[in-house]
Amino acid sequence: MPLTGPRPSSAFPASLKNEFMELTALTIHELQERLRRREVTARQVLTAFLKRIAQVDGRIQAYMAVTGREALSQANRIDRLRRDGAQLGPLAGIPLAIKDVICTRGIPTTCSSKILEGFIPPYDATVMRCLYQAGAVPLGKTNMDEFAMGSSTENSGYKITHNPWDLERVPGGSSGGSAAATAADLCAGSLGSDTGGSIRQPAAFCGIVGLKPTYGRVSRYGLVAFASSLDQIGPMTKDVRDAAILMNVIAGHDPCDSTSVTLPVPDYSALLGREIGGVRIGIPDEYFIEGMDPEVQTGIRKAIEVLESLGAKAERISLPHTEYAVATYYLVATAEASSNLARYDGVKYGARARETGDLLSMYKQTRRTGFGAEVKRRIMLGTYALSAGYYDAYYLKALRVRTLIRKDFEEAFQRCEVILTPTAPTPAFRLGEKTDDPLTMYLSDIFTISANLAGIPGIALPCGFTRAGLPIGLQLLGKPFDEATLLQVAYAYEQATEWHRRTPPL
Amino acid sequence: MKITRREVEHVARLARLGLSEEEIERMRAQLDAILNYVDKLNELETRDVPPTSHAIPMTNVFREDAVRPCLSQEEALANAPDRAEAFFRVPRILEE
Repeated sequence: MPLTGPRPSSAFPASLKNEFMELTALTIHELQERLRRREVTARQVLTAFLKRIAQVDGRIQAYMAVTGREALSQANRIDRLRRDGAQLGPLAGIPLAIKDVICTRGIPTTCSSKILEGFIPPYDATVMRCLYQAGAVPLGKTNMDEFAMGSSTENSGYKITHNPWDLERVPGGSSGGSAAATAADLCAGSLGSDTGGSIRQPAAFCGIVGLKPTYGRVSRYGLVAFASSLDQIGPMTKDVRDAAILMNVIAGHDPCDSTSVTLPVPDYSALLGREIGGVRIGIPDEYFIEGMDPEVQTGIRKAIEVLESLGAKAERISLPHTEYAVATYYLVATAEASSNLARYDGVKYGARARETGDLLSMYKQTRRTGFGAEVKRRIMLGTYALSAGYYDAYYLKALRVRTLIRKDFEEAFQRCEVILTPTAPTPAFRLGEKTDDPLTMYLSDIFTISANLAGIPGIALPCGFTRAGLPIGLQLLGKPFDEATLLQVAYAYEQATEWHRRTPPL
Repeated sequence: MKITRREVEHVARLARLGLSEEEIERMRAQLDAILNYVDKLNELETRDVPPTSHAIPMTNVFREDAVRPCLSQEEALANAPDRAEAFFRVPRILEE
């Protein structure tokens, strides 16, 4: 693996460098500056990204669809408004990639499932309205594990996405397309969704920043539902400041999502740059387990030292029910999924199986041919856990253990402001390595799942690289609705290190 | 064995999921392994622990019963795999 250096100069041999390529390597806040100072137009920025996608995405396969035409008209509109001296939103002219689980009006939304082939949403998700209002330029829809069920993006019904740091490895999942697109400079930033780690784990595998907000902080209206009590949309970006910028745009109450909260939205950029002296950081014993990759362990230990050198106080804590999180999650999430996915019946939208007899066999055939193996497995497990005779033993039991997991965090947060853990037990694994064994695949989410069960926010950010050149991800977990402190601590760490400046050797 | 072939067939019927013979056996073995794993929850005594269905407190949300813009009939039908005039068309469900 070739050595990599600071962004953007190392991304290309000097001979290939040109201004367009440099534009794609910039962060959102760097692009904002250039656009604001009128050094570049939105159209130029967009053209640079479309060009890079054409050159690079053949090897990465991050996008399900690139919406160049729609993006161009939006970029032109932004440029016209800027020329006219209009007041522009914070994301004016910024090209973003959108996970294909988020409804986009007039643009196909498949959840990377065959059963939604050809589905064109008649409405925009609330986060899309927020992005448009802020002037963002959506570039396209990104590949994912079908219905967000998976940890490697290999469960996509359409294509395999490759990790930009090593094309033989997975980008993580389920938001693998968004993570890979962001890491490979195929967008300025992206949106993902996180039900059990689907933003944070691919962010860690691809060496970017990914934030799962507190449940209720960002509207889920128009997010195709997987597990409604766990799902959240969040930003996936090249650095921490960018994550704060996107949060400022997408967070807030939405009357269309009755689970979104009415709490005021703070300015997430406000605490960036504030000292973290005296911040108490809890290190849970249960997250340093056997089977964890030694290079990951070293990376995390060093990150703790960096944070201590910045004045934070690391303290050992205990989250005693951690070992039950994966089992709890796979009952709660599948039960909710089996109910949510009942809507795919071949009647109102999506694909219908061709040869069908009566209504019942039409349902069965449609769902048999439309869903992939992992989705079927989860529908089966969830239906079983909810079925007569098993409800108490499985589903209700899991909801009770969920209470214990939530209480672990409540108690821990009396002793610290932030909890620090690895994001995943290993760096990105090889394509095909875990596809035959669902349970092993599930265990790669072991460090991220608890945050969804407890509803708390979590951020993943790069904290080193293995000798083979694979990114290692740090995870910080915060108190409910305290994303601002998470971003503050993450930013302090990031500014003291260089990891976020590295780019994959593409 | 936690789950039998018959149970797999029963659950598949509940879920309106068609499965091939081969899929039924593979599914049985995989569900069996997962159910054995989730059994570890029984190590915990939870009789007095209330269940959590949502991590944050949920209250019912009311709004005015007012007429508001909504999808047109054409938009609502636009994605239908099969339609007839203003209706979704499905296979016959009543005997003649």
